[in-house]
Amino acid sequence: MSENIIELKNVVKSFGNVNAVDGISMTIKRGEVVGLIGDNGAGKSTLIKVLSGVHKPDGGEIYLRGQRVNNWNSARSRLSGIETVYQDRALAVQQSITRNIFMGREIVNRFGFVDTSKQYQEANRLMREIGFTSKVFDPDSPVATLSGGERQGVAIARALYFDADLIILDEPTTALSLTETNKVFSFIENVKARGRSILFIGHNIYHVYDIAERFIVLDRGRVILTLDKKDTPSAEYLIETMHDIARSGHTTSEVKA
Amino acid sequence: MSTQSIDQRKGRDEANPFVKWLRNNRRVLTSAGFLAAMLIVFIFANPNVFTQFRTYRSVMIILPISIFMVVPLVFITTAGEIDLAFPAIIGLASYSFALIVDSGGNAFLGLIAALVTGALFGFLNGALVVNLGLSALVSTLGMNFLLRGLINILAQGYSRPVSEIRGTVLQQILTGNHIFGIPNQMFWALLFAVFGMFLYNYHKFGVHTHCIGDHPGSSKEMGINVNRTRIMLFVFSGIGAAIAGIFSVMINFVWYPTTGDAMLLPVLAGIFVGGTPTWGGIGTVIGGVFGVSIVSFIETGVIAAGLTGFYTQFVYGIIIISSLIGHRLNGDRIR
Repeated sequence: MSENIIELKNVVKSFGNVNAVDGISMTIKRGEVVGLIGDNGAGKSTLIKVLSGVHKPDGGEIYLRGQRVNNWNSARSRLSGIETVYQDRALAVQQSITRNIFMGREIVNRFGFVDTSKQYQEANRLMREIGFTSKVFDPDSPVATLSGGERQGVAIARALYFDADLIILDEPTTALSLTETNKVFSFIENVKARGRSILFIGHNIYHVYDIAERFIVLDRGRVILTLDKKDTPSAEYLIETMHDIARSGHTTSEVKA
Repeated sequence: MSTQSIDQRKGRDEANPFVKWLRNNRRVLTSAGFLAAMLIVFIFANPNVFTQFRTYRSVMIILPISIFMVVPLVFITTAGEIDLAFPAIIGLASYSFALIVDSGGNAFLGLIAALVTGALFGFLNGALVVNLGLSALVSTLGMNFLLRGLINILAQGYSRPVSEIRGTVLQQILTGNHIFGIPNQMFWALLFAVFGMFLYNYHKFGVHTHCIGDHPGSSKEMGINVNRTRIMLFVFSGIGAAIAGIFSVMINFVWYPTTGDAMLLPVLAGIFVGGTPTWGGIGTVIGGVFGVSIVSFIETGVIAAGLTGFYTQFVYGIIIISSLIGHRLNGDRIR
């Protein structure tokens, strides 16, 4: 049995009267690619923001590699090897590509001054690695001058650089062209080959089906279904199951979870 | 779809290093150009006054006070915040300095007391804005009235002469010995500005300040401690105000209950004239130094050009607005 990277036990996160995450338990193991699916308002975004430390859970427990963690926040999550590519990319568009890649985790000396030439070199290397060939921008260019796909590239370069154990991708293919979408897929293959874990959130069930080995379906803040790929004959089956859930509000296959 | 076609569609072209340098520094270069252009106009308007060094020296006696203040304010503005309480903090911090010196206390002790006062009220401003979620514009405006009122209640309208500080080692180092006729305080202010520039562009604190002003949500998602950085910015502003206040007393050898009051609008104007925009995420510390220099030279220039003092505010207005137009024409807002 491979090691658990992260485990949630009965995690709750509410906003006012709404329990956006309503007692979720789940685990992600080393080297595993998990697809997180669910309709709008199912709690996907809130759940990943709990995982990435943006939201502090109101209840429940988080275990990191078997160890219980307290005072969970973004900085702690990143230091423990979890990188998140947010749906909105989490970029500061007036800042340079370099500054964005190293945002929050700058390479600094012991007085807190940034090693700008090291950061520039690393950013340059990463940009070439993920296939940025344009000569009109370099690591010093502001992110505002980049296209949507290029911006996504910056967000992914960030996750790549820190060599995370778990990479969370929140709707990474939204608003991307076909070529750019394929780039994201090859990035995922690459990460998978290196034995890292991925949590992939997507609206497009076909994408999720192709990529993930295990599926977690959310509805109204709860995990209502966990499926292994070997038990899921096709993407259509997955979609059909989700339709059933949407109609009835629960599923008959909960025994599988 | 090739990369080439994206570039063509977006009208992007490859820049040579010099053009890149100009582009990256266009805001500070615009404000430097503005200062130079203004001085040239003044020289033509009154060659007698503006070719003489003492004209510049007289400006350099008090200009440092504004420089100490504008540097932290550029940080605050870059973070998308504003601090309107700095005039009263200048007054209050220098009051604690004057009180200690006037009652025979050690000047170094007075200096530390002033810095602590500045940092403390800066922290209070930060806590109100960050922890209670008050608008920085309104709560620091209120704080400015509150603290100036406190000064008036404590001092009962009396000034405090601190002539005993004249000739002491501390005074000689800070505001004495005019090297090449340039007042010492000018060197300290420029040193502070260069320190601020490095902090702003190359230190984690400055980099985080940029990111927070650009996109607080992204900064938080990337693990920057947004709230702590914001509070530290207000503390920095309070410390800048304390230093400005100490220098004000060291230059005038008297503390007035109004110390700092007249600085509100000229220093604020200096931030924006210097090239730091109101929307946050970008800015320039050295531009801020040019900005307060422009504002400081206006009054001297207006009088020397043969206009009466009635024209000063009118010319202020023209210069502030035309410099903003200059920054705008020189580059589009990208956010």
